[in-house]
Amino acid sequence: MSATPDIATLEAGTEIPGREFRPDTVQLFFYNAALWNADRIHFDHPHTTAVEGYPALVVPGPLLGDWLTQCVLEWLGDAGGLASFEYSNRRACYLGDVLHSRGRVVSVDRDRREAVIGLEIVNQAGEVTTPGTAVARFSRG
Amino acid sequence: MGASLDPELLARIGSTSGPQTEIVTRRDIRKYAIATGQRLSRFLDGEEAPPTFHVALFWPVVPMDQLAPDGVALDPMFPRVPGKRPMAGGLKIEYHRPIRPGDVLTSTRTLTNIYEKQGSSGSLVFIEVVMRIVDASGEMVLTEKTTRIYR
Repeated sequence: MSATPDIATLEAGTEIPGREFRPDTVQLFFYNAALWNADRIHFDHPHTTAVEGYPALVVPGPLLGDWLTQCVLEWLGDAGGLASFEYSNRRACYLGDVLHSRGRVVSVDRDRREAVIGLEIVNQAGEVTTPGTAVARFSRG
Repeated sequence: MGASLDPELLARIGSTSGPQTEIVTRRDIRKYAIATGQRLSRFLDGEEAPPTFHVALFWPVVPMDQLAPDGVALDPMFPRVPGKRPMAGGLKIEYHRPIRPGDVLTSTRTLTNIYEKQGSSGSLVFIEVVMRIVDASGEMVLTEKTTRIYR
């Protein structure tokens, strides 16, 4: 992992390391079991394709949102945490998709010790499926 | 004007659900951390909950015979909108403090807004529900606003 960021020297435009995700049926099982979510579009392939008309099992929207928070927190390390976070599911993601998280520092407020981070999940076609924004709050040194 | 925004639907604004109280366990945090593919040890070890853990903690525990045929639990806070199909929307969360094992958390949800916008392929209806989570001493833990879009 790269060096822990420092609010004193952080600049807008800084890229935040992303990560590749290849969700599989085991992860969809674990995730929906952890929620108690029985929505068939996440585990019942015949239903999802034949009845609901999707091309494949659907990756749950809140899981994609979680991946954006991981992008920020892995970059922050022990330098701070999230003050706020928002995202929207703009385009569905499917089992078999190769997804990437990535982020970029949009602005830095050194007085408040906060940085606004623009985030997105991108699919293998280069389409942004899940845009988001986080406010990272840096701990007092 | 939107024919779908009938007075009966708009009368739902201000309705609440809860309070719902849940106990946070290390085991549930660890399961959620693994399921979401966390890599930070504080989450994998269950010392602290990942920032979206409350989504699982307060997901309604619904008996099988109360699920719709598609497996979905009907959420009374998100009423059906006549002639519209719900799409996944988004969340906005404000954090006050991390969630840890042993926390006893209480959530209350309020339907705060229903409104309509004209999209390129017809009208879209937006329903906003705010969930407030407090700890056993009444201190704010987080606030989450869910916006669901109906097309």
